[in-house]
Amino acid sequence: MSALLEVSGVSVTFDGFRAINNLSFNIGPQELRAIIGPNGAGKTTFMDIVTGKTRPDKGSVTFGERSVSLLSLSEAKIAQAGVGRKFQRPTVFEDQSVFDNLMMALKKPRGPLAVLLFRPKAEDASKVEALAAEVGLGDQLARKSGELSHGQKQWLEIGMLLAQEPRLLLVDEPAAGMTLQEREQTTALLVEMAKTRAVVVVEHDMEFVRRLNCKVTVLHEGSVLAEGSLEHVTKNPSVIEVYLGRG
Amino acid sequence: MRHLFLTFLALLWLALPGVAQTTEPTTPGPVAQILADNTALIERSSRTTIGPVIDALAASGDPAAAMVLDAWANRSLGLREADGTFFLIAESGDSYALRDITGADAGTAPKADITQLRPNAGVRGLIATALVQFQLADPDPAKRRVALESIARDPAPENLAPLRAAIANSPDPAMTRLERLLTLRFDPDPAARVAAIEGFGADLGLDLRGALNPLVATRRLAVAGTGAPESANVAATLTPGNDLPREEAYDILVAAGMAPARLTVADQRASLVANIADGAVGGIPLVQLDDQSARDRAYTALEAAGLAPSAATEDEVTAALAAHSFYDVYAEPDPDVTRAARDALDRIGMTVGAMQAADLGLDALSLASIYFLAAIGLAITFGVMRVINMAHGEFIMLGAYTGYVVQQVIADYTISILIALPLAFAVTFAAGVAMERLVIRHLYKRPLETLLATFGISIALQQIAKNIFGTQARPLTAPGWLDGAWVLNDVVAISYIRIAIFVLAMLFLGVFLFIMKRTRLGLEVRAVTQNPTMAASMGINPDRINMLTFGLGSGIAGVAGVAIGLFAQVTSEIGQAYIVQSFMTVVVGGVGNIWGALAGAAMIGGLQKGIEWLNPSNTLAAQTYMIIFIIIFIQFRPRGIIALKGRAAGD
Amino acid sequence: MKKGFLAKNPSVLIFLLCLAAFTLAVTLLSEAYGVSFLSTSFVKTLGKTLCLCLVALAMDLIWGYCGILSLGHFAFFGLGGYMIGMWLMYARTEEIVVQALAGGPLPPTPEEIVTGIGTQIFGVVGGAEVPLVWFFAHSLTAQLVLVVLVPGLLALVFGWLAFRSRVTGVYLSILTQAMTLALALYLFQNDSGLRGNNGLSGLQNLPGLDEVSQDALSVWFLWASALALGLGYLLCAWVVSGKFGSVIRAIRDDEQRVRFLGYSVENYKLAVFTLTAIIAAIAGALYYPQAGIINPAELAPIASIYLAVWVAIGGRGRLYGAVIGAAFVSLLSSWFTGGRAPDINLGIYVVKWVDWWQVLLGIAFVLVTLLAPKGIGGLFDLYQGRRLPDRKGADLGPDDSSLQEKEAVQ
Repeated sequence: MSALLEVSGVSVTFDGFRAINNLSFNIGPQELRAIIGPNGAGKTTFMDIVTGKTRPDKGSVTFGERSVSLLSLSEAKIAQAGVGRKFQRPTVFEDQSVFDNLMMALKKPRGPLAVLLFRPKAEDASKVEALAAEVGLGDQLARKSGELSHGQKQWLEIGMLLAQEPRLLLVDEPAAGMTLQEREQTTALLVEMAKTRAVVVVEHDMEFVRRLNCKVTVLHEGSVLAEGSLEHVTKNPSVIEVYLGRG
Repeated sequence: MRHLFLTFLALLWLALPGVAQTTEPTTPGPVAQILADNTALIERSSRTTIGPVIDALAASGDPAAAMVLDAWANRSLGLREADGTFFLIAESGDSYALRDITGADAGTAPKADITQLRPNAGVRGLIATALVQFQLADPDPAKRRVALESIARDPAPENLAPLRAAIANSPDPAMTRLERLLTLRFDPDPAARVAAIEGFGADLGLDLRGALNPLVATRRLAVAGTGAPESANVAATLTPGNDLPREEAYDILVAAGMAPARLTVADQRASLVANIADGAVGGIPLVQLDDQSARDRAYTALEAAGLAPSAATEDEVTAALAAHSFYDVYAEPDPDVTRAARDALDRIGMTVGAMQAADLGLDALSLASIYFLAAIGLAITFGVMRVINMAHGEFIMLGAYTGYVVQQVIADYTISILIALPLAFAVTFAAGVAMERLVIRHLYKRPLETLLATFGISIALQQIAKNIFGTQARPLTAPGWLDGAWVLNDVVAISYIRIAIFVLAMLFLGVFLFIMKRTRLGLEVRAVTQNPTMAASMGINPDRINMLTFGLGSGIAGVAGVAIGLFAQVTSEIGQAYIVQSFMTVVVGGVGNIWGALAGAAMIGGLQKGIEWLNPSNTLAAQTYMIIFIIIFIQFRPRGIIALKGRAAGD
Repeated sequence: MKKGFLAKNPSVLIFLLCLAAFTLAVTLLSEAYGVSFLSTSFVKTLGKTLCLCLVALAMDLIWGYCGILSLGHFAFFGLGGYMIGMWLMYARTEEIVVQALAGGPLPPTPEEIVTGIGTQIFGVVGGAEVPLVWFFAHSLTAQLVLVVLVPGLLALVFGWLAFRSRVTGVYLSILTQAMTLALALYLFQNDSGLRGNNGLSGLQNLPGLDEVSQDALSVWFLWASALALGLGYLLCAWVVSGKFGSVIRAIRDDEQRVRFLGYSVENYKLAVFTLTAIIAAIAGALYYPQAGIINPAELAPIASIYLAVWVAIGGRGRLYGAVIGAAFVSLLSSWFTGGRAPDINLGIYVVKWVDWWQVLLGIAFVLVTLLAPKGIGGLFDLYQGRRLPDRKGADLGPDDSSLQEKEAVQ
């Protein structure tokens, strides 16, 4: 099976501190994967590397059928190639309406000139409306997104990710600060999304990971400690040591 | 001035009893004899004729000779018309007090009886040269030095012999050096000259270079045919169009009368105007003459008609250039001497180059200290607190004006500077604290607005200073012991004030490091910088720390202001002159790091001096290029020379 | 577009109507075409103010909308002035030289005319040669192209260098300030070929229009400035109204997030920087013929900072705010510094506004920044009764994301 994203032998060092150490990671085109690990294991840095925010010292990151190297691409180009990222804290453009937020995210040419001359057509507008309805913001389109509640912002951001139509979705702690009901909704949505694309979920919360019911990668000190089903990895003695041994 | 001094010395010497009194006053000495023999020549003296007389006087061995020559040169030698006797005269009212040429008193005489001798400058020069030998032998070292200086100023072959005689009597390093310098220029024996040149090695003295340079002076020469000029010491053979521009080569021919001048546009125009007839020149109507080729045709027509002088055409110029060869010829005929001189100059050039590099390094260092002083306060406020303070330059100004005001109150410059430094710190510290409390505290999350608000303060402070102190520059005088410069040799020198600024800069660096690394305040500042929330939860009051840090940065700016005011004019715009460079220093060096500011200052100071050295005529251009260089530098190291890496650097 | 652009943006229409009314009123009150109520010099001041409003508009676009506090836009303004000034001065001098030479016995050759012009223009800096930078100075068309091209290219190169290396925030401001300083210092040199600190002068005389009086010219320039301002306003409003405006405001608020959306932030910044530089240059090209003289001091970094002051006082992030700020502050400034404001006698000290206006401006500026980040434009919000959502903490101001203060603290 060909992998959509292939990370191999990646290392990155900050001021002598080795945040990622010879990390290798694969994910298929339609797969849901959870990454867990204690604080400082390198989860966020891993996402930074894939999305182009941080350049690794060595190693390779390739994406797609043609195995394009992501290392030489800018963040914007990586996003255009089909990598979407959702941050832990909802980051939407609060000064702008929900409609504008979604319209900006909609998959369209991203060049300055194309954007300057872009005027939304009826189908674009209906697409945005459909998306908004999907994430439960159908009646909030004209509101400024800064006025939304925290949960609504999370949903708006997910809506923006959907509008981007990414092939690989990196989701950072989606369950943080959510109610139980919202968590269930989110779980369902992630599982649903993983049917058509690859989804990587970074999560602390074991309970949430269990719900996702997918393959799990355990990161520790910048490299992969264990990989497999949740049952499998939780039986791994070194994982137990890392999670429990240090309290 | 020096001349007056010389005269004064000579008069002193004249006043010494005994010198003039040793000979018998009754028998006329050789001097009187020579004067008597040449009365007419002396009275109507001219440079061309008087030489032998002066030489005879100087060679007479008569002790009176020096006195007479000196008096002559100073217009205090007079001739009594009645009997042709020379007297030393001194004006007193309507008459002259007379002394005979041995110095004995000879009464007075009405002005009408005496003709005062007024030798012209040329003659005075000859007399001065003749006097040198007497002065060189003088027992008083000060007088000998004066004589040496006078020779060094205007060296002449005639000085050589007296100089050598004087050395034989009383050897003296300065005298020996001057003798070698004169030898290399004027000695008749080329071997002696070469030896003298080589004896100096790579000596750096300006006097040596002054003596050597005339030896290698060349002039351009054109010779018909291809043979080298006979009996000339050729320095280089030149090829027109290659190492000698064709126009210049042809100008040499024209100047030497070896070729006709080329026609200038102005000459052509004048000839055409002179030959206007019936609204046309040379058959071409005037209205068509607004074109150079038409004018050329008209002029050719005039030439053909013999109405205008024929001028060299381009082909003729080419032919003339081909028919001549061009040389650079040494004025000095002896090739051995010129070769030795050239070698010596090359050696000196190498050493001078090295010394100039050292001097440039010192210059750069002192400029870097100034930038560092100006920027260190900024490195604290901008670097540590990430607060951009556009009024930083005005704090520098505030410090400088504090120094000025203190000097108005306390006259002693040393004491006033010692008081001004802490006072300037106190004043700007207070201003900084006030500004932090009133403005900046409310804008910590809005860095761009801090920039604007502090800019508002900057223009207000500047205008207030203008209203109080006026627009003219106020002096801030350095104490006397800071005057002057530390001179290593003729090339390398650095003024004490710059050394003081360097020391001050190093002192600040030390104080800053001490505060940050060794004191409780420094610990708290670092804690607040890295994580204000965490620091606050540990009992540190971030507001207080921010206020103190800002005050410290501002206070240092004030002290820097006093230092800068010592060598720059204190005006309300003094801060503006440094603000951009200060920001550059911090940004280039790397924000948040005192060593970064140091590295930035060193780089900017070095760079500016380096560029100025490459293009010495133009400091404006140097600054322009420096800024462009910095903009490009930022491309490669956006976080500065000493960058914080990794997550700590933030985004 | 189902609804018209103007219909969707009523403020644009209102602005254009106000501008038209203003222009008409000034024309009717001018010496040349009206009742001579306004002096020609005042008409010129008003015309110049319109140009300053245009450059403030550019500043608002780059700063208020895109979040880049450029301290270099007055340099582009000055460069535009220099470009048009070169033609004005050259063509005007050419007329004079041709006239002078026509009296001679021979008709002048082109070379003689060029030499004459060179001596006339560059005599003050000890030269007679016409420098290479004046190569196109004889042609109005070429210089008009250069008005756009030179500042545009400078902005493009500088912006490319600066944005590529991800210099942002105050660093970028300092870097643009350094660029301005470098340019001003360069122009101060005599061998820059632009007459050093003498600058270019006599620009108020239009070549070939000797018979037109300054009275009429001042009104013509007012019309041209008003037209440029109107078109500039339309352009800016159009740019910020659509998705492009959405993207640049998003860049202002959180550029990293915009990158992850797939927009190349650098290209957008570069586009806005260059576009605004060109607008500034056009404003400058209209300003300096009215001012009559341009010299390198006009490009000093301080001028660009004043530009920021105008926009901040007017209220950034809204186009009419920039226009109001520029007009209000610059007119007030010329009223105070012109010595027309009455002195205030405090008994012990007489406050002369010529001396104290700058102090007042500085303090007012601090107060506006501290207390009214929305500037004068904020008044319109009050009038419209537009309420902000109920948020925690104080407003962070338009340039540091729309997060409120409490929310920004992590």
